[in-house]
Amino acid sequence: MAEAHDGTSGETAGKAVAPQQDHSAPPPAVAVVRADRIPNPGFPPERLRVTDLDPKKAKHAERTISLLFFLSVIGSVLAVVAYILFPIDDQDPSTIRLNNMLIGVGITLGLLGIGIGAVHWSKALMHGHEQVEERHPTRGSDESRERAVEIFREANAESGFTRRTLVRNSLIGAVVATPIPAIALFRDLAPAEDPVALLKHTMWDTGVRLTRDPSGTPIKASEVTIGSAFHVIPEGLAELESHRLEEKAKAAVLLMRLPIDELNEREDRAGWSYDGIVAYSKICTHVGCPVALYEQQTHHLLCPCHQSQFDVANHCAVIFGPAARPLPQLPITVDEEGYLVAQSDFTEPVGPSFWERAL
Amino acid sequence: MSTTTTPPAAATETAPGRGMRFTSWAANYVDERTSASTAVKALGRKIFPDHWSFMLGEVALYSFIVILLSGTFLTFFFDPSMTEVEYEGSYVPLQGIPMSVAYHSALDISFEIRGGLLMRQVHHWAALLFVAAIGLHMLRVFFTGAFRKPREFNWVIGFLLFVMAMALGFTGYSLPDDLLSGNGLRIIDGMIKAVPVAGAWISYLLFGDEFPGTDIIPRLYVLHIMLLPAITIALIGIHMVLLIVNKHTQFAAPGRTNDNVVGAPVLPAFAAKAGGFFFLVFGTIVLIASFFTINPIWNYGPYDPSPVSAGTQPDWYIGFADGALRLIPPNLDWVDPFGYTWPFGVLIPLVGLLVFLAAVALYPFFEAWVTGDKREHHIAERPRNAPVRTAIGAAGVTFYAALWAAASSDLIATHFRLSIEGVIHALQFATVVGPFIAFYITKRVCLALQRKDREIALHGFESGRVVRLPGGEYIEVHEQLDDFERWRLVSFDEYQPLMIRPNDDGKITVSQRVRAGLSRWFFEDRIAPVTQNELEAQKH
Repeated sequence: MAEAHDGTSGETAGKAVAPQQDHSAPPPAVAVVRADRIPNPGFPPERLRVTDLDPKKAKHAERTISLLFFLSVIGSVLAVVAYILFPIDDQDPSTIRLNNMLIGVGITLGLLGIGIGAVHWSKALMHGHEQVEERHPTRGSDESRERAVEIFREANAESGFTRRTLVRNSLIGAVVATPIPAIALFRDLAPAEDPVALLKHTMWDTGVRLTRDPSGTPIKASEVTIGSAFHVIPEGLAELESHRLEEKAKAAVLLMRLPIDELNEREDRAGWSYDGIVAYSKICTHVGCPVALYEQQTHHLLCPCHQSQFDVANHCAVIFGPAARPLPQLPITVDEEGYLVAQSDFTEPVGPSFWERAL
Repeated sequence: MSTTTTPPAAATETAPGRGMRFTSWAANYVDERTSASTAVKALGRKIFPDHWSFMLGEVALYSFIVILLSGTFLTFFFDPSMTEVEYEGSYVPLQGIPMSVAYHSALDISFEIRGGLLMRQVHHWAALLFVAAIGLHMLRVFFTGAFRKPREFNWVIGFLLFVMAMALGFTGYSLPDDLLSGNGLRIIDGMIKAVPVAGAWISYLLFGDEFPGTDIIPRLYVLHIMLLPAITIALIGIHMVLLIVNKHTQFAAPGRTNDNVVGAPVLPAFAAKAGGFFFLVFGTIVLIASFFTINPIWNYGPYDPSPVSAGTQPDWYIGFADGALRLIPPNLDWVDPFGYTWPFGVLIPLVGLLVFLAAVALYPFFEAWVTGDKREHHIAERPRNAPVRTAIGAAGVTFYAALWAAASSDLIATHFRLSIEGVIHALQFATVVGPFIAFYITKRVCLALQRKDREIALHGFESGRVVRLPGGEYIEVHEQLDDFERWRLVSFDEYQPLMIRPNDDGKITVSQRVRAGLSRWFFEDRIAPVTQNELEAQKH
């Protein structure tokens, strides 16, 4: 490191400043180099190890190390023995634990034997004292830097890269344009439909029965006692041949019955509930986890992923946590047989917010 | 040691035995075709300095090798298809339940294949260790200033490796397609959908359909076993090459300077130690995997968008991102006048995390600019000797830790019988104010430690020997340090803030002022190392 004195920036006597080689940089680095700095005392006297001083100890270490390597061999053999002698029995799950443990212990012994042995060998027997290597500045030597510059000049002169600007710029344009097809090719990662339209509709529709998740049996209004909650899927979802999970991820609903006097209903949603029974989307409006925990006493729904809380008595308004919107309500009624049915689809998209959501 | 393989030229003194003759022949054969002796000459006796904290990077490297080995084993048995099948394996509670082939094959690896569960657990434990070791390694590099010139690029590459490790971890634990990881993907889907303009489309293309679709697991599989590992291996390669070019840093000690490297040569001592350490890391991972369950996917069941278990947790290294999501206050959707939705409740944590990560990646360039320091640094600083940097690091750690704790807010609440609201509010406070408190305290502690160092260097340490003087006064005798011990306490640089200087046009630019202000912030409070004159004065 070139550390010359630079009197111009020294503030106090006895101080100097390590300047930059780079003269264009406005302020110099300001590491203070004191003239009366305590000097580096140099290497301390070497401490010898017991194995350096006592040949018996060295011999002992040698034996220990080879013993460890032998143990390693034994461990590896044991792992194979365990693999054969402790197979997994279909009828007895505890055999899995034994199989896992004994093969693992064998392999562990095989590995740690080598590891401890090698480190011990290095520390106890190999040439012990520290060695010194010079460091050099990371930059290439002046000679190679000059040669590098010269090579670029020659290459430029021979190709005319900076002179023939039309060639150069059109090349840059071409190179920039080539990845465009690659981006276009990714369009068919998903089918041709518009995802926004898909996100705005679910399986719910006029007259679709509310059924239990996962059995798919319909629910009578009379079965929903006060304080109870049902995990609900639309009728027919359980039998879907394709897109069952995709539909379920949008259509899952929670059904709860509250005492009517505790239920605040908005005027524009009058008639969306039936006798204190309300249905709300189970998909959290935050990032889409199922809002699966219902607290009967307070009528609060809690999302176990990020702890958003929704007040069922109050249109599932967000009362705590990161969710941005109330859970969408599913308008319900009963059919002539007394089963709960949807009046229509949800009137807004369910689940997490997205750009085109409100359009 | 006397039997160590040597290049042919060196093995001449005594009549060589048969083994040696073969070694010489083989070495010559290889060298004539590869010029391998050049590499041995350049690297064989390269010096590596020693310190326990230098092993953190090694742990990361070795656990990555363990991940590659165990992961390869798993690919032979894992089938990433999302086709629905009925479970027919030996685990009774799940028999007859419809599930994806991916989940089925992950269960089969655990329950039907001998040693399969062990390899799954080795893979998962090694992955957890991999990210943890990278994180600690980064902290070590940060707090000792080992990212300074000429190592800024290697810091950035190491940072990218940290990001790759998280990406590998996330894609990896999503693959079994169990309920827990499915909910994790659901959260990712929700975050992607929040992206302005293209969110719904990106999600649609990524999942190949509406969430969850039937493509995501095979797609993540390709990323997890091919693309991401390939990038990671390439980055590790560059990281190692730059390590060799820059040579390793060393802590200040007698005889060590900025212009030398003191330590053990690669052959044989360092190779034996590092090679042995690989087996120690590998062995320890296998030992843990033999006795401790990790990710018991059979308990969660197959993915279904409707059920979820309380107390869901991502793997630890994703925690800070999940925690950031939890801390945002409610009702932050904003519909702009054009009718487009801005889900700020998701966007703020998302952007906040990206800014935090960018700050980590770019810190070396920031510090270099503020300090105006353009010299090469090869001595790892003690954290106390750079109080403001250490304080910045402590602030960053506090920020990360608060987010991380937030990922367990529900478990903290249930475990310590607190209200979830109270826990969240406390952590919101810790996230916003905590870093400032940590900054202040850390800086003060560093300065105090430096003062203590000064005092010990000047006056020696308390010997514990109490002496009664003739006048009846009792004193405790202080013993002076020897030169070697003292060197550790006095061998650091003192910096002064940059001064504002006009440029060539005689103007003082705004960036100059900002830079000078930041530099003052960095270096205004400082403790000077003890000088020879002070020491002399003290002795008399």
